[in-house]
Amino acid sequence: MFDFVKTVLIALPKGFYTTFKHLFKKPVTLQYPKEKMPMAPRYRGLHYLEKYEDGSERCVCCGLCASACPADAIYMEPAENEKGERYSEVYEINLLRCIYCGFCEEACPEEAIFLGHEYEFSNDSRDAFIYTKGQMLANRPTKEKPFKKIIRKVRRIF
Amino acid sequence: MTEGLRTEEFQVNMGPHHPSTHGVCRFILTMDGEVIVRAEPVIGYLHRSLEKICENRTYAQCIPVMDRFEYCTSMCCNEVFALAVEKLAGIEVPEYAEYLRVIMMELNRIASHMIWYGTTALDLGAITPFLYSFREREDILDMFEMTCGQRLTYNYIRIGGVSKDIPPEFIPKCKEFLATIDHKIDDYERMLTENPIFMVRNKGVGTLSPEMAIAYGVSGPSLRASGIKYDLRRDDPYSIYNRFKFDIPVCHNGDCYDRYIIRIKEMRESAKIVRQALEQLPNAEVNTGKMVKANFKPAKGEVYSRIENSRGEMGVYIQSTGDTKKPLRVKMRGGSYNQLQVMPELVKGVKIADVVAIMASLDIIMPEVDR
Ligand code: SF4
Ligand code: SF4
Repeated sequence: MFDFVKTVLIALPKGFYTTFKHLFKKPVTLQYPKEKMPMAPRYRGLHYLEKYEDGSERCVCCGLCASACPADAIYMEPAENEKGERYSEVYEINLLRCIYCGFCEEACPEEAIFLGHEYEFSNDSRDAFIYTKGQMLANRPTKEKPFKKIIRKVRRIF
Repeated sequence: MTEGLRTEEFQVNMGPHHPSTHGVCRFILTMDGEVIVRAEPVIGYLHRSLEKICENRTYAQCIPVMDRFEYCTSMCCNEVFALAVEKLAGIEVPEYAEYLRVIMMELNRIASHMIWYGTTALDLGAITPFLYSFREREDILDMFEMTCGQRLTYNYIRIGGVSKDIPPEFIPKCKEFLATIDHKIDDYERMLTENPIFMVRNKGVGTLSPEMAIAYGVSGPSLRASGIKYDLRRDDPYSIYNRFKFDIPVCHNGDCYDRYIIRIKEMRESAKIVRQALEQLPNAEVNTGKMVKANFKPAKGEVYSRIENSRGEMGVYIQSTGDTKKPLRVKMRGGSYNQLQVMPELVKGVKIADVVAIMASLDIIMPEVDR
């Protein structure tokens, strides 16, 4: 009898009390597709390639990002423009291979490649995940889209 | 019984895709009615050949690979590899970086125990605790995200230090979290510790004797629940753990309920360590250490480093030839592997529903078993 009283009248209501307490609190969840969580400034999401103010690309196709990449996700082919500057004619990242470690960002001497805040890029074909240079230049954060603060200090390894 | 009627053993396949196996593990259960006669774990479904991948990467590139070794406590995985290479090459880690490492590892241990708390309750049929513990885990993940930019695979602790300093908003957020965590754990306890259903499902179930635990090499909270006070943070201090005061909780029955109690207590102890570390964090000099370069070659030799992970002893053995940028051999040890081996002994003679409770209480995570 005592056991019964103890379990039904004391132990169980104790648990229910904890649960019911939260009915009157602000919910911690977000209505996801409508509301989005703000990502931290250092968040490592979809890559983008940066440009100079005059519109030319920063990437000089040095290959350091590709050699730092632990997943062999980056492929590039160099070329030279009429001024004799090196640039990458082909620059592709296979997002299915990429593990979003951020080493490419840390390795790049020109501050050309960054991992942005985008994380919704699902698709229904494997080929669509090989992002080309054009796509990554277009990904660049603009005034409308949130900016990634450039953390210059991070370039430390390699 | 009528003449001619007889019973016979039959086999039940549990898994590979069973929600309570926390990964993909298959159990072949030989049953006599509802009682288990034999259990045979079949592993390897999550094998990603991490050891071989590491052998084909430079030392610095191994760190993000190690993140995938045991993804509930990636910080500890980073640390164990970094520790091994630092030992091998004799690299000094600055004090400030050591403190950051300890803070991150202990927060990660709390997060890992929160996953365990939620999923254990879920496996036993209670959904609310899962939602509660994942709410608090979210706070920890937010802190990790603002520090290293990722929520699960951090790639934060590097050979020679940590990759970045903590952002200025980290410390207030961490203090706020630590101020409330004890009340939150009280909440957790109110929901399960004295819950009669939970007690009936766990008390006296899956008793692991200390002798058997040692014979199978079980470590971590599961070992301490059997009454053996063995914690690498105290017995083989790595990093700067000898500077902190914390208790090592032990229980003596070794059943599922004790394993629950141990982990709840450990969350409080980890919070204590983080509090002390934040207090002692040197402000004078912010030095997160010098990362090794891509062409880094440690001297010839071999090394084994081990740390106390939330699932037991985690170790990495590295062999280096001294003339290449890549390790010759990498061997990883995870605590879950030994805990899975002891499962068949524990489930002998119990009812099939208890298999789930025992598996949940041992906190087995399959990527660590299969690597
Ligand atoms: S984030 Fe890491 S894996 Fe992805 S492309 Fe950059 S270096 Fe390679
Ligand atoms: S992105 Fe940076 S590291 Fe990669 S090729 Fe271009 S300049 Fe070099």
